[in-house]
Amino acid sequence: MSTDTATNPASAYDLSHKDEVENLATFALLVDNEAGVLHRVVGLFAARGYNIESLTVAETDHRAHTSRITIVTRGAPHVLEQIEAQLSKVVSVRRVHDVTRDPNGIERELALVKVRGTGGDRVEALRVSDIFRAKVIDTTSESFVFEITGAPGKIDSFVELMRPLGLVELSRTGVLSIERGAEGM
Amino acid sequence: MTAPTTAQAFATAASREMTGAEIVVRALIDQGVDTLFGYPGGAVLPIYDALFQDNETHGPRLQHILVRHEQGAAHAAEGYARSTGRPGVVLVTSGPGATNAITGIVDALMDSIPMVVFTGQVPTHLIGTDAFQEADTVGITRACTKHNYLVKDAADLPRIIHEAFHIATTGRPGPVLIDIPKDVQFSKALYQSPDEVSFSHGYAPRTKGDPGKITEAARLIAKARRPLFYTGGGVINAGPSASEKLRTFAALTGAPVTSTLMGLGAFPAADPAWLGMVGMHGTFEANNAMHDCDVMICVGARFDDRVTGRLDAFAPGSKKIHIDIDPSSINKNVRVDIGIVGDAGSVLDDLIAAWRVEGLEANRGALDDWWRQIDGWRARQCLRYTPSTTAIKPQQAIERLYALTKDRDAYITTEVGQHQMWAAQFYRFQEPNRWMTSGGLGTMGYGLPAAVGVQLAHPGSLVIDIAGEASIQMCMQEISTAVQYRLPIKIFILNNEWMGMVRQWQQLLHGERYSQSYSESLPDFVKLAEAYGAVGIRCADPAELDAKIQEMIDSPHPVIFDCRVEKLENCLPMIPSGKAHNEMILPEGDEDIGSVIDEAGRKLV
Repeated sequence: MSTDTATNPASAYDLSHKDEVENLATFALLVDNEAGVLHRVVGLFAARGYNIESLTVAETDHRAHTSRITIVTRGAPHVLEQIEAQLSKVVSVRRVHDVTRDPNGIERELALVKVRGTGGDRVEALRVSDIFRAKVIDTTSESFVFEITGAPGKIDSFVELMRPLGLVELSRTGVLSIERGAEGM
Repeated sequence: MTAPTTAQAFATAASREMTGAEIVVRALIDQGVDTLFGYPGGAVLPIYDALFQDNETHGPRLQHILVRHEQGAAHAAEGYARSTGRPGVVLVTSGPGATNAITGIVDALMDSIPMVVFTGQVPTHLIGTDAFQEADTVGITRACTKHNYLVKDAADLPRIIHEAFHIATTGRPGPVLIDIPKDVQFSKALYQSPDEVSFSHGYAPRTKGDPGKITEAARLIAKARRPLFYTGGGVINAGPSASEKLRTFAALTGAPVTSTLMGLGAFPAADPAWLGMVGMHGTFEANNAMHDCDVMICVGARFDDRVTGRLDAFAPGSKKIHIDIDPSSINKNVRVDIGIVGDAGSVLDDLIAAWRVEGLEANRGALDDWWRQIDGWRARQCLRYTPSTTAIKPQQAIERLYALTKDRDAYITTEVGQHQMWAAQFYRFQEPNRWMTSGGLGTMGYGLPAAVGVQLAHPGSLVIDIAGEASIQMCMQEISTAVQYRLPIKIFILNNEWMGMVRQWQQLLHGERYSQSYSESLPDFVKLAEAYGAVGIRCADPAELDAKIQEMIDSPHPVIFDCRVEKLENCLPMIPSGKAHNEMILPEGDEDIGSVIDEAGRKLV
């Protein structure tokens, strides 16, 4: 009975639920490509106190005048539910898809990683990049720039391995997503 | 009708080519707008010119009401909208015109009032140059409108205007703003009527509730032993027929009905099933019924913090049904068992049908026990006060105002504070759309301009702004608008010389340290009324109250009524911050109300 939702009102703004476990979630949005649309989405997150872990946006269909925004956020389950509902309310947002909850969701990210080193470290960096199937896209006698693509976790691991080998700079695109199968969003 | 020839088509096209400003006026006519509230300025002069010319050509089919401050325009449009169900329309200039209107726009957003706001903007080539009277209006209002537009091309104007009206009035209503640069107002384009445009957005709010959930809800209500309707502004927004359906369904189920501040009037106060308002200053019986109910039927309300009080102690033993047109309202503040997305009227209709199809019957035996318990709470007489022969009690003033106006065709607006809560408690609304108040945003200064809007929509009716002496000074200038348009609005000021609600909270929470809450240097409201060309009436003697109120009602002019009331009266009952519904302060008079609120409650608003 104590787990009954009726006796245990959970809410996005109920302070007694502050300790609840927060999860990462990726939302893919199909939006009208018009001035200010990104501000509408980002402003909603700022105004309601939601986190943005990463954000990508670009026009994806010139003729239909639509862009795709992929936004990674963090929150307790009822907060994520509220985020999805709030996003769906924005007039310029055509579709909201919770990629994380979709078993067919695919997430990928691209990173450019600059590593500086000589001798053994340099050889090790190249060896590790090979294991991760990263590409060398620039090199000097004492540095590499790697291009790596994969799920965010793979990029995190690669970056951690590069850190002791002379990681200088990191640039990430943020998460992109799409669904497996023949159907479009 | 035969197909038009090319020459005819060309002629039609030519007659439909007009300037952006003319498109605005034409679109307003085609949208059925008869009144707009505004203030001219450099960046909207072409539209004002088009209005002038339309008036010359077609007569006064589109009435422009010149306010004295753009905030007044927005609130007047709200009053017009709230009392008619039609969208309120505002026309203001760029920069300060737009920023002044923002309080009213946010107010409309919070209270779900349909409104379309036109703002002028500097010419497109000057945007971004910090030009004279330039403000990033769409940037500023993105967070406080349901949707907004910056029009870069006059050819887009017809579609945008018709789309704006559609968005403002459907789904959960709200304000939509259209920012039009001055060059766009001058440039020519083809006009398109509402039927000819195709909307560019995927906006399609759901109005029909899920049938499975509706049946499930009907069954749950029939099984309830202690059911309660908790209704809100959504029922009003769904139109008068939704209020009718609420009355029908409540009678079928035998359940008591309470309402939020915004929902007053949807259910008649004269009905025996009416418990009074719920929430912070709601009645003892309504709040206790909320706390103890086993099935809560929330229709068009949003579990606002003024209603729920302490969330972890909110209606702890209840199953909750939530009917709302806004999917994001469901499970936002309070988790519910059955959430039904849809229009309040449509879902109530379907609930009534489901009740009949399923052959459901209320549990009369259990209901009798429930009503006995409610009668016990009612016997506490939570709204009683002690009348005096020497001073007018504010509660008494509203009671007498109600008694003397209840047989009239009356509309009530308010400002914000104690007087607003007393009006909600003591003025007994029997019909929807009769009560205009700033609920969500709590905007002092709302009531007078709102009364202007209401009176314009209902010329023969009695429109009263119940005000406080502090609030009324926030948009006092609009009395000039009322005088100009011969709007006989009545401003009934409960003058206790204090920002009463602030003073009450300082008494409760801050050790009676009355920081900046005394209204020093008050104007002489009677002379002020006269200075504006209105009528001033003052009353401080309880024995004269009825006669003076009658004098106000009988006056064919706008009236400012300075009702001097007991200065330190508190607005009770009250759920103190951080407390549950069954922990109300009642007007016993012997309680030390300064010690009721604990440290955690003090930090809340």
